[in-house]
Amino acid sequence: MALDTQRVTTPAVRVRDLVRGFGSTAVLRGLDLDIAPGQFVALLGRSGSGKSTLLRALAGLDRGVAGTGEIDVPDQVAVVFQDSRLLPWQRVLPNVVIGLDGPNADRLGRDALAEVGLAGRERAWPRELSGGEQQRVALARSLVREPALLLADEPFGALDALTRIRMHALLRELCQRHGPAVLLVTHDVDEAIVLADRVVVLVDGAIAVDRPIELAQPRSHRDPAFLSYRYELLTALGVDAE
Amino acid sequence: MTLLLDSAKKSTVDVRPTRPRLGPGRAIPYGRVLGPVVVLAAWWGASAGGLFDPRLLPAPDTVLAAALDLIERGTLQDSLLVSLQRAGIGFSIGATVGIVLALLAGLSRSGEAVVDGWMQVQRSVPTLGLIPLMILWLGIGETFKVVIIAIVVAIIIYIQTYAGLTGIDSRYVELAETVDLSRARFIRLVVLPGALPGLFVGLRLAVTGSWLSLVVLEQINATSGIGYLMFQAQNYAQTEVIVVYGLFGFVSDGLLRLVERKVLAWRSTLSG
Repeated sequence: MALDTQRVTTPAVRVRDLVRGFGSTAVLRGLDLDIAPGQFVALLGRSGSGKSTLLRALAGLDRGVAGTGEIDVPDQVAVVFQDSRLLPWQRVLPNVVIGLDGPNADRLGRDALAEVGLAGRERAWPRELSGGEQQRVALARSLVREPALLLADEPFGALDALTRIRMHALLRELCQRHGPAVLLVTHDVDEAIVLADRVVVLVDGAIAVDRPIELAQPRSHRDPAFLSYRYELLTALGVDAE
Repeated sequence: MTLLLDSAKKSTVDVRPTRPRLGPGRAIPYGRVLGPVVVLAAWWGASAGGLFDPRLLPAPDTVLAAALDLIERGTLQDSLLVSLQRAGIGFSIGATVGIVLALLAGLSRSGEAVVDGWMQVQRSVPTLGLIPLMILWLGIGETFKVVIIAIVVAIIIYIQTYAGLTGIDSRYVELAETVDLSRARFIRLVVLPGALPGLFVGLRLAVTGSWLSLVVLEQINATSGIGYLMFQAQNYAQTEVIVVYGLFGFVSDGLLRLVERKVLAWRSTLSG
């Protein structure tokens, strides 16, 4: 427990007074956010609420976007995008270990592929894989780097409902084993409640709701507590949940 | 599993709705050779039927005999070797320069400003028109021949590689940034493979371009090479020798296509 309190005092992510805008429209208006090491945070918001802008700011990919504020993130940050972004001209294994150094790179890559259930597909071309498999390779690519922070921008948005459920279980398991802080951007309220330790709702560029999810894993959609979280979050998003 | 396959084999009925195909469909085996073979057959037939004046266009067997005769006397191999050497040196220099310039122009804004504007102008200048200038600068020996070929090749390869390079999806660039690729690795893993389809178009056009330049160049103060051979043939009205030349373009293009198919195996395109 002593370790836990110590961890809380030095957050993995620290954002202060973050302002970002495109042209004359402000997207983020003075946002503050802390994420503890190993904490899984889901970021909910309607489209245009600024959730992708925040994620790209944390990923260091918002060069050329006007704004001010302070961002403090770990050295090891991995990003999973909505599309898998596998290089089509590289086979699966080189795609996983891209940018990795050292003689162990290939072995680490194989291990990561085995972890996402794709052992034996090292030599496949990305286009030979299904959408879900491609996204699993993308997960392996981000975890093989042992990130202290995993940023995921609607990583399951393009997958079918059945594949998505299996990916939820996989992501949960991988995050427990590797223990990175996670910021998952999603517009799916159920996905957020199923996966996250804490859900943050972004409305008009500021945090409107910041709610820890105190449910044991695995979480059931029929749990009354689940439903009450669902109701609260949907209401915060401006959806009539009744 | 085998049981399933076996029972599937027994069924002979195959009723399926298929949509009209929009792509070209499965490749015809040896399809690339088919066109030339058809032309060859028509040529042979017409020559045999006496439709062509053999002084203007000799029959295919006369051409073959001429080719065999040239090989027997060693003229063809010797000329080819000399020409290949000239083309090879010019081609290597030109291809390297073309690729490096394309990388410069594609990867940096200042490179783009300096290189691209200049190369696009250079493109519209017929390089063979520079021959008198090059002779003045470099003398009438081997150097100017190699330099002209290099310029021809560099421009073609630059144009195609640059087009391929600027067409690389920016999402891959973003990915390369998130996995902290060094610039050298970015070029090796993302830029070059991404530009490869364009580069291959450039290589194929450049091979043809260098053959073409050779014919012109080897008629200027040369005593050897394929172009010289053709020049002689022209003087002595040996039409059959000129036709042999067409074969080289076909063979070199075919070889490049073969390499291209191996290297670009990852692609799934309209051509299959």
